Amino acid sequence: MASLNVRVGEVTLRNPVMPASGCFAIEYSEALDFNKLGALVIKSVSPKCRAGNPTPRVTEAYSGMLNSIGIPSKGLQHYRESVLPPYTQFDTPVVVSISADTVDEFADAVAEMSLPDVAVIEANISCPNLEADGMAFAMTPETTYKVVSAIRRRTSHPFWVKLTPNASHIAGVAKAAEEAGADALVMGNTVLGMSIDVRTRKPKLGNVMGGLSGPAIKPIALRMVHQCYRSVRIPVIGCGGISSADDVVEFMLAGASAVQVGTASFVDPGAIQKIIDGLEHYCAEMGVDNIRDLTGQVNLDRQLSDRWLRFAQQSG
Amino acid sequence: MSTVTGFQRNAESVASHRCEVAVHRWVNKRYKYLRLTAQADLTGSTKPGQFYQLKCPGINDLQPFLLRPMSVYGVGPDAGTIEFLYNVTGIGTQALSDLKVGGHMDIVGPLGNTFAFDPGYKRIMVVARGVGLATMAPLVQQAAAAGVKIIAIMSARASQDMMQGEFLRGVDADVHCVYDSDGSSSVGAVDALVRRLLDNEQPDMVYTCGSHRVLMLLQRVLADYPQIRGEVAMEQRMACGMGVCLSCVRLFDCKTGQSSDKKFLRVCREGPVFSIRDVVGEVEFG
Repeated sequence: MASLNVRVGEVTLRNPVMPASGCFAIEYSEALDFNKLGALVIKSVSPKCRAGNPTPRVTEAYSGMLNSIGIPSKGLQHYRESVLPPYTQFDTPVVVSISADTVDEFADAVAEMSLPDVAVIEANISCPNLEADGMAFAMTPETTYKVVSAIRRRTSHPFWVKLTPNASHIAGVAKAAEEAGADALVMGNTVLGMSIDVRTRKPKLGNVMGGLSGPAIKPIALRMVHQCYRSVRIPVIGCGGISSADDVVEFMLAGASAVQVGTASFVDPGAIQKIIDGLEHYCAEMGVDNIRDLTGQVNLDRQLSDRWLRFAQQSG
Repeated sequence: MSTVTGFQRNAESVASHRCEVAVHRWVNKRYKYLRLTAQADLTGSTKPGQFYQLKCPGINDLQPFLLRPMSVYGVGPDAGTIEFLYNVTGIGTQALSDLKVGGHMDIVGPLGNTFAFDPGYKRIMVVARGVGLATMAPLVQQAAAAGVKIIAIMSARASQDMMQGEFLRGVDADVHCVYDSDGSSSVGAVDALVRRLLDNEQPDMVYTCGSHRVLMLLQRVLADYPQIRGEVAMEQRMACGMGVCLSCVRLFDCKTGQSSDKKFLRVCREGPVFSIRDVVGEVEFG
């Protein structure tokens, strides 16, 4: 049987499939064996208590959904005492996702959550709901460098940075995160979107705008994973619209070392296990011994453009 | 899998079940009855008030994307048989209504909590309107099987919309039908009817589903009957249906004594059944 083990920096995962933050909680233990997942990524916590956004918080889109949950949070102490412990009873690395409003708040929160039971810190510097008009740290290389370097100074834990597909120059943002000391990139998050009910003329989300996720955004996420892979040396974790084993392979070929599965779990709470099972079938069928060998192995013909130009010149 | 604790567990396990359509027919102009059969023991694992998320067939390649939460109307007698009764309203239920007998659909569940019910009760009162009757139908069966007397107030637009047979399914009950068409479903008339029945019958419990107006009326009336408990099955826009995404929250006041304790609860996980007294009403955001 093929080895599904992958490495993300110094962290080894039993397989490349983990849930995406925000789309995973302890309740999925009714539908999944947490000892079989690559990692457990818990919903983002913010140091400030938040009630979350007004309802409706979710609406449907073509091949996807829009959400504006607003990261409800009861603060770090409640998280440490009540949210985190149930996840640490498994033989699976726990990833704590953190979100905050300012650089200092971010660095303090990461320092506080760098606990022995926590394998990895994921800094969610990208959630589009956080600040007015969807603006977030990961929108520019400058703000990314500032917040990531501040966090790096405060933790020696493996530390992943979750980027946003809403950034216009993703290679620059990815490089800024790498230079500032991130151990890996998670590419990416939801795409800022909007939907209106044409009969009532009301926005379909209480927060007006929200994040688009699901298969609808997969090509965008895949493209950005590839752009990140080409511009940095640290591992890239792919995220965006993955709902099958083939999708996972596609992201790994584009450059991902591991992946996160989000919205697909909402359609089938057992989706992640089915995807992991599907990877074993893929490896058996394709004669892949080590799934980690797939990373970045998209078959690119770098001379194709030149050949085409010479070929096309014949047309006069 | 079943050893994990630290959260409100509503089911031994939740899974996506491939079902075959056994029966699918119109009950009246707006409602359809659907019977599915699965390989799993849905009858043994599903409690009254619980719901499933239905993967409605596509009306085209792109939608509907999300599953549709739907109360269980009945289970059994076979282990794999589950029934739904639904109102054809949006794209999800429209797509569902085209499902042919012999076709297939995936359903995820069982989800949500159950009605509080004690077989030692003497009498219960159920107040149903619209699709709420489907949600409470399993409770009616449970009460009848335990020999508990059932007092039912059923509310509908007009007599042709009343689904008394579908609600009781052969169970004996003291039924009071009220209609919009003759004014008997007005707040004033129902208020008086409820008070008269509470005074005369002294039910142990009042249950309702299907109307926010009726819910608020019962909350008001029950304030004068502190010894009678009340429960309501609620709805909210959902995505995951399992308590993960936090989409379907509503505000509740879980007060103890005089002190207020308002919090957002997930309709899919802490509910869909809540105490009528805890509902923080009127404010509707969508």
